[in-house]
Amino acid sequence: MAKKERLKVRTQEASARVKNFDEVPFGFNEAEAVEEASRCIQCKKPTCIDGCPVNINIKEFVRLIAAKDYQGAIRIIKENNSLPAVCGRVCPQETQCEEKCVMLKTGQPINIGALERYAADWEAANGKIEEVKITPKLDKTGKQISVAIAGSGPAGLTVASELAKMGYKAVIFEALHLAGGVLVYGIPEFRLPKAIVKREVDYLKKLGVEIRTDVLIGKSYTVKDIFEMGYKALFIGVGAGTPSFVNIPGENLKGVYSANEFLTRMNLLKAYLFPEYDTPVKIGKKVAVIGAGNVAMDAARISKRLKGVEEVHIIYRRSDKEMPARHEEIEHAREEGIIFNLLTNPLELVGDENGFVTKIKCIKMELGEPDSSGRRSPKAIPGTEFFIDVNTVIPALGTKANELLTTNVEGLKLNKWGYIEADPETGETSLPGIYAGGDISTGAATVIAAMGAGKKAAKAMDTYLSRE
Amino acid sequence: MYKITLKKQLSKDIKLMGIEAEHVVKNAKAGNFVILIPHENGERIPLTIYDWDKKTNVVYIIFQEVGVTTAKLGMLNEGDSIFSIAGPLGKHFHVEKFGNVAIVGGGVGVPAIFPIARALKEAGNNVTSIMGFRTKELIILEKEMESVSNKLLTATNDGSQGQKGLVTDVLQGMINSGPKLDLCVAVGPVIMMKAVAELTRNYNIKTIVSLNALMMDGTGMCGGCRVTIGGKNKFSCVDGPDFDGHQVDFNELTSRLGTFKEEEKASLHHSKIQLVGR
Repeated sequence: MAKKERLKVRTQEASARVKNFDEVPFGFNEAEAVEEASRCIQCKKPTCIDGCPVNINIKEFVRLIAAKDYQGAIRIIKENNSLPAVCGRVCPQETQCEEKCVMLKTGQPINIGALERYAADWEAANGKIEEVKITPKLDKTGKQISVAIAGSGPAGLTVASELAKMGYKAVIFEALHLAGGVLVYGIPEFRLPKAIVKREVDYLKKLGVEIRTDVLIGKSYTVKDIFEMGYKALFIGVGAGTPSFVNIPGENLKGVYSANEFLTRMNLLKAYLFPEYDTPVKIGKKVAVIGAGNVAMDAARISKRLKGVEEVHIIYRRSDKEMPARHEEIEHAREEGIIFNLLTNPLELVGDENGFVTKIKCIKMELGEPDSSGRRSPKAIPGTEFFIDVNTVIPALGTKANELLTTNVEGLKLNKWGYIEADPETGETSLPGIYAGGDISTGAATVIAAMGAGKKAAKAMDTYLSRE
Repeated sequence: MYKITLKKQLSKDIKLMGIEAEHVVKNAKAGNFVILIPHENGERIPLTIYDWDKKTNVVYIIFQEVGVTTAKLGMLNEGDSIFSIAGPLGKHFHVEKFGNVAIVGGGVGVPAIFPIARALKEAGNNVTSIMGFRTKELIILEKEMESVSNKLLTATNDGSQGQKGLVTDVLQGMINSGPKLDLCVAVGPVIMMKAVAELTRNYNIKTIVSLNALMMDGTGMCGGCRVTIGGKNKFSCVDGPDFDGHQVDFNELTSRLGTFKEEEKASLHHSKIQLVGR
């Protein structure tokens, strides 16, 4: 049985999908899910579970799918993961659970991500969302103990869900007008449909979680206000979120958007549906994305789907081996016709008389000795300067710590990059009752890492609140 | 959703609106702004906070209908609700006792100088406010500005009220006649702020301007509002909106404000909106 090949999910053909924003992978049908789940050899020591940042009982849920008990499978997943439809789609399984799958030795690890997605989507389609019994945690006066959460991204949603299940009143404060954080503003519709995020958020609301959008902790309410308002603890999960630029001449020309700006216009504000939606984006025939991480791939693949766009370039100073994006994302981008300019470094953006960008001056690079990060450091090859014609440039070079909240809290210890110093096991910060997790304490990482941090923090917060 | 408690037409294309938003009012200060969305499929736009009432939790904004979003906002009435309003955003105006202060507001910049003038006057400064408009019919907030200024001067382009000419003409007169100004504040069209900054630079008068860059989230997340200040990139939303007027690259700001000119026209056309007075 174990000799069978790993079942891949069917996807939309590249030629069709570049014309729409629909999800690229279709997901398993029932027969496929059962077939793939049946390949699992049910190891005595299921190492896959160690590979999962939130320790889902993978062995058991896969067994239940093989036995066609889908309700049982989703119940098992939800014991440890409140966002299964999200994680089944965006987790880098190849470096987590699937990397620890014993069948990786044969090159055919179980497709755990697709199975998780199947269980979550099955539940949504079959509408049997199970009630969770919650016993409210009350203070001495008989009032439910409330906890504040800053940020409604993966970390904040996880903390809220865990605390709500324990009986606390969890209130999430979100700066934007929609809940979900990076799940709604960052990840494009064709990788994570927004209806799915909404479904997961609605589930949290059923657990009693309250979400207050348009509120910025540190601005609308200070941290001091939060405690004065009666909240007994605060979790900070506001994300990394301030964009890095290349710092080359011409970056303030019109037609240059940070990846954050471009993605937010597209995903949160639906600028690709302009003028049906009021938010515009100005994009020309030729688009260049600088960088080769997941965000760069997202920006390039969105661009490719926009009307009027003919050519989309990735510009990256190292070689294809060093590209930080997930293999799957790079493959999808290649299939969709994105042009990869590797070992190419941008030097300058050139504009026209109206201030719009028209060209990027680049130089060819070669790889030298490995640097402190272990990656071979790129060096410019003198005399190889050349120009790429562009109308739109999107620097996607990662993010830095957003100081909007952190610098407004007296006594909150930050590290040298401006991220909050939080205990990786508990989320405890330098201030009592204040916890942090996700990108604002680790720097930019993954959805599931933020969720893992949220889970640990919720546990520590419960211990703290029980002591108080 | 946030309830509109007051709507008032101040001039032919400028409206005042009161919106219930406790989270905006609680810590609002002079110089802060909000980002709002009139309706669900709308655009996020920044507007300066004109005033606020901590008893009723109402925040007041004043806006000119210059595009689809402000026009749609203007179509809403008392009792209606707006979809989203976040704030208070931006660093608030830094208030201290400077001495003699000139506060210059042009057109729809006047509502923005109102809370600044009030705060500076309360802090014991000698506040002279200068308001500039094209013509008498467009003058707004005259009584209100009078109440928060030690002296109020007005300029109109056609001389229909106050001094004929520009706000910089009035400011030049003040500088000529003395006493020496310790601070100048200017809020209005970029061209006006630039002219004020160029004038005061000659006399070495510290000048603060409040920049109206294009914004989206208002939290430092997107960088769309980046401006060059003294050769360095700054974000208007979190590093500003107030900056040293003598350090601002106004030409770049003007250029970037025109990013979506074509799209703005297309959007108005799509929504079949005809702007008043344009």
